[in-house]
Amino acid sequence: MKITVASGKGGTGKSMVAANLAWALSETGPVTLVDCDVEEPNLHLFFPQDEPATTAVTIPVPAIAPERCNFCGDCAGFCAFGALVVTKDRVLFFPEHCHACGGCSLVCPVGAIEEIQRTLGTITTRKLSDTLHLVTGTLQEGEVLGVKVIKAAKELAEKPGWLVYDASPGTSCPVVETLQGSDFCLLVTESTPFGLHDLELASTLTSRMGIPAGVVINRSDGKDGEARRFCDEHGIPVLATIPFDRWIAGIQGSGDLISRRDSSWKERFIALARACLSRGEGL
Amino acid sequence: MDTPVKICIPSKGPEEGDFVDERFGRAPFFIIYDTGSKMAESHKNPASEAMGGVGPKAAQFLLNHSVNLLVAERVGGNAIEALKAGGIKVLLYEEKGKTVRDAITAFLEGKLQEQ
Repeated sequence: MKITVASGKGGTGKSMVAANLAWALSETGPVTLVDCDVEEPNLHLFFPQDEPATTAVTIPVPAIAPERCNFCGDCAGFCAFGALVVTKDRVLFFPEHCHACGGCSLVCPVGAIEEIQRTLGTITTRKLSDTLHLVTGTLQEGEVLGVKVIKAAKELAEKPGWLVYDASPGTSCPVVETLQGSDFCLLVTESTPFGLHDLELASTLTSRMGIPAGVVINRSDGKDGEARRFCDEHGIPVLATIPFDRWIAGIQGSGDLISRRDSSWKERFIALARACLSRGEGL
Repeated sequence: MDTPVKICIPSKGPEEGDFVDERFGRAPFFIIYDTGSKMAESHKNPASEAMGGVGPKAAQFLLNHSVNLLVAERVGGNAIEALKAGGIKVLLYEEKGKTVRDAITAFLEGKLQEQ
C-alpha cells in the first residue's frame, strides 16, 4: 500500500501527518517513509540519527568534444530548454537548464557529444527500527530538477510493506511525481480560506490522476463547516480531524510525535491508515 | 565610413513604431536594423513563450542572424554570457516609453553606452 500525504497549501501539517502515520504503522508492520519534499526535506527532524547512508543522484548531461564539433548548431536547435548555445567557434552549456533528455547527443551529426554524470542531489537512508525506514531526497541548492531526486528516492525506497510519501506543497510537477503510482492520497488541510482554496486544487489533481483521496483537517478550531461541505460535495471523505491544541503544538515543536507520546493518538493514526487501505483497495 | 553592423532591439510589436520591450529573452519581437542597408527586419522571438532557457535561446537566435549589437534595458546573466561568447555587444538603453525607431536613432547618434 502506497499513501501520498499531500496538500495544496504549505504549512498545513503534511509532514506531521506523514511522520505520525508512519511511526504508528511501524508498530504493526514494515513501513518506509519517503521525504519527497526535496527542496526542503524535514522528516529527519522527528527521527535524529548520526551518519545516515547517503548516495548521490546524478543525471547525464552533454560534454562536447571540441576537436570533433563542427559548430553546426543542431544540438542548440534541438534543445527545448536553452541549455546549449553554439557560436562560430564555441559551444556554451548551461547545466541548470539541461533536463537530461539526451537529445543533443542523438542529433549531433559528428558524434561530438558524450554524456557525463552531474550530481543534482542526494538520497539518505535511515534505519530507524526493525520496521521503520526513512528515505530522504535532497535537491542541491540552485538546482531545479526536483522530480529526478523524487523518482530516485521512490525507487530506492521500494520495499515490501507500507510506503508513505510526504509530498511538497502545491500541485506542480514534484507533487505529480510523488503521487505517481500511489494507491491513495491523504490531503491535509486547515479550515481557512487559503486551506480550502488549495485543497480544491489538490483534489482536482488527485481526481485527474485517478488516485482516490481522503482529507485530514488539521489545526481544527471546530469550525470546519466549509471544508466539510466541500468534501461532501466532491465525494471526498474526511478521515481524521486534528484539533488546534497547545499540547499537540508543544510536542510537535519539540520534534516529537503525538503518536509516539500517546497511545490513543497511535491508535487513531493506525485507524487512519486502515481507512486509506480500505478506500485505496476499493477501486 | 564605419563597417555596417546589425543591431537588434527587443520590441513589444513587429513595427519600428512599436515600443521597446524592457526584457530581452521574453520580448515578443526582435527588430534587426542594418546600418549598411538602413533597413529594419522584424522577427518573432521564438523563445518568448518557451518554458525556460529563454536568455540562451534568444541569444542563439541573434547569433544565427549575425547580429553585432543588442540594444536593451535588461539582459539576464546566461544571455550575457552567450552573447559575449558569440561576440555580440550589449548597449544599455534605459529610456522609458520609447519606440524602436527612437532606439535606432539614439544608437545612430552615438548616445548609447556599452554595458
